[in-house]
Amino acid sequence: MVSNGSSALGAAVPEEIAFAQKVAPGEPILEVRDLVKHFPLTKGVVFRKLVGAVKAVDGVSFDLIQGETLGIVGESGCGKSTLAKVLMNLEPATSGSVKYKGEEISRLSGAALKAVRRNIQMVFQDPYTSLNPRMTVGDIIGEPYEIHPEVAPKGERRRAVQDLLDVVGLNPEYINRYPHQFSGGQRQRIGIARGLALKPEIIICDEPVSALDVSVQAQVINLLDRLQKDFELSYMFIAHDLSIVRHISDRVGVMYLGKMVEIGSDLEIYDHATHPYTQALLSAVPVPDPSQREARDRIVLEGDVPSPANPPSGCRFRTRCWKAQEKCTLEEPLLIVRPGLQRLAAHDSACHFAEEREVELTAEERQQRPADE
Amino acid sequence: MPDQDKYNEADPLSEAGTGEEEMPSAVESRTFDLGTMEGQSLIKAERLADHPETPAIEDRVVARSLWQDAWRDLRRNPIFIISGLLIIFLVVMAIWPGLFTSTDPLKCDLSKSQQGAESGHPFGFDTQGCDVYSRTVHGARASITVGVCATAGAALTGTVLGGLAGFFGGWLDSVVSRIADIFFGIPILLGGLVFLSVIPSQSIWIVVAFIVVLGWPQLARIGRGAVITAKQQDYVTAARALGAGNARLMLRHILPNAVAPIIVVATIALGTYIALEATLSFLGVGLKPPTVSWGIDISSAADTFRNAPHMLLYPAGALSLTVLAFIMLGDAVRDALDPKLR
Repeated sequence: MVSNGSSALGAAVPEEIAFAQKVAPGEPILEVRDLVKHFPLTKGVVFRKLVGAVKAVDGVSFDLIQGETLGIVGESGCGKSTLAKVLMNLEPATSGSVKYKGEEISRLSGAALKAVRRNIQMVFQDPYTSLNPRMTVGDIIGEPYEIHPEVAPKGERRRAVQDLLDVVGLNPEYINRYPHQFSGGQRQRIGIARGLALKPEIIICDEPVSALDVSVQAQVINLLDRLQKDFELSYMFIAHDLSIVRHISDRVGVMYLGKMVEIGSDLEIYDHATHPYTQALLSAVPVPDPSQREARDRIVLEGDVPSPANPPSGCRFRTRCWKAQEKCTLEEPLLIVRPGLQRLAAHDSACHFAEEREVELTAEERQQRPADE
Repeated sequence: MPDQDKYNEADPLSEAGTGEEEMPSAVESRTFDLGTMEGQSLIKAERLADHPETPAIEDRVVARSLWQDAWRDLRRNPIFIISGLLIIFLVVMAIWPGLFTSTDPLKCDLSKSQQGAESGHPFGFDTQGCDVYSRTVHGARASITVGVCATAGAALTGTVLGGLAGFFGGWLDSVVSRIADIFFGIPILLGGLVFLSVIPSQSIWIVVAFIVVLGWPQLARIGRGAVITAKQQDYVTAARALGAGNARLMLRHILPNAVAPIIVVATIALGTYIALEATLSFLGVGLKPPTVSWGIDISSAADTFRNAPHMLLYPAGALSLTVLAFIMLGDAVRDALDPKLR
């Protein structure tokens, strides 16, 4: 079962054996390099003419470290979900590479792809459409075992399904119920149980709590947190809620218009952001205390997000950036550590003029700040 | 997260208590328990000791699938039972008309033309003086054969072609949709006059084939639309992410979610097809005497309805009953396949 992809890379190791090796904590389990996904724009009915492409994901690189949670934030339409779909091989990548445990997986098909799917699973955004309304919960969670019969022998499947229900905090007697008999939070737990069934190593969570009530969000987040510890999972956690991402993530990547603009540890991003877009994003996080709300320094961006079919030259954020200069039009900023930045500010940022923003600190923040560093 | 949160969302509908006491069998298999669980585990262990004979959950809950649930549901549905019995009755009548009448439907006595009911002839006589009861019983075979076979053929062809077109899209969709458009464009009566008059055979199967050829595009369009709607749902993406192949996606996920509109349209089409056979027979291109069918009798009785209404009412009543039975059956099956209505 040696795939063409792996033999071309010179690693003639059967997929199953290669994937069975554990990755040590702290080592990258998923390496994404220059990943590009363009959706072609065509004109005409019979004779389709290519008139352009929506550059949904345009050259994204990052590593997912074994056992960590990598948060991906960005506003609607910035390519977060497309990135998840390409990583899951649900959409073919236009170019670039995705390596899982050193094996290229972005061009796999057939049995090799099926083997990878066992190890990378996904939790979907909308628990109301991600569960088949005409399947019982037992069938939904048991389906992974029907597709991959080697994971659980036939006689043990129902027990495995009931154990999974228990693990996610649902009554194991619910196997004969249908999705509509559950609340949103319970449905999302069912979706998580399905994702766990194959004992994957990576779970890609595509906005797993944005469709839930705030009170239920915390329960699901805490469940994900607990499962990560118990099953040594690595999460890629996509969301647009910055506080939730901060709560669950070890590292955070910020996306804008198909590009990763800044990536670093949660402290580096949340307290020492150097990219103007991240700074603007963070300044928009609601502050629950009205007296502090007055004091904070909000950055209000002008204009709309440009069309991903025709992004600006150079830096994509320059059309809305208060720091933009001619260099930003001509030269695309790389995602690197700029010289001259100190301590936590020294992390990857795609801005020519990356620097920490001087913010009027509130008394409370001033107290926290030294402790953080 | 404190573990009191376990099952905290248990819904009030739960008939079995969401209860802790149902839990003991899972205790020993817990590998995920954190320290905070210990207190509860102890309580459960005590309960387990109290009821050592309590069988494991795994043995008490029998897993069921959608189809098993649907069948359980159907068996208790009076509409399904009534329509099922009616259909069995009609099918038996179609196969063995001799069980219901010993009168020959082709043995006519002109002296009794259009006369009403008399002893031994409960439905009266038609214009030719033939026994209406016998003709209604014997007509079931042709009408039900045309209705059921044409519907089954059109639904099968339409669903398969439309479903594949909707699922795969691209050039297959374009080709199938354009072919369907071509057949849609043929007026059914004009097409019937042309096609059936050039074919010398008057076999019932020719009529069935003609109706299938002109009827499938309607079901293909509905099937295609339903499949496209179902295909875009997240649960299909989720199954694909698990590694499901196209066959599994189509049969397990898309078909059960796309079948409802197809069932509705097909059951309504069944009545239309029996009536269409009648129209074609009336125009002289469908079934011809000596074949007996409800359609032939209805069309020949239409002219004399005011003088002899019984000639029309009995075969038309039989036709209505058949259509009603199939529509009720389709309704019951569709509802049984929708867990939300249970």
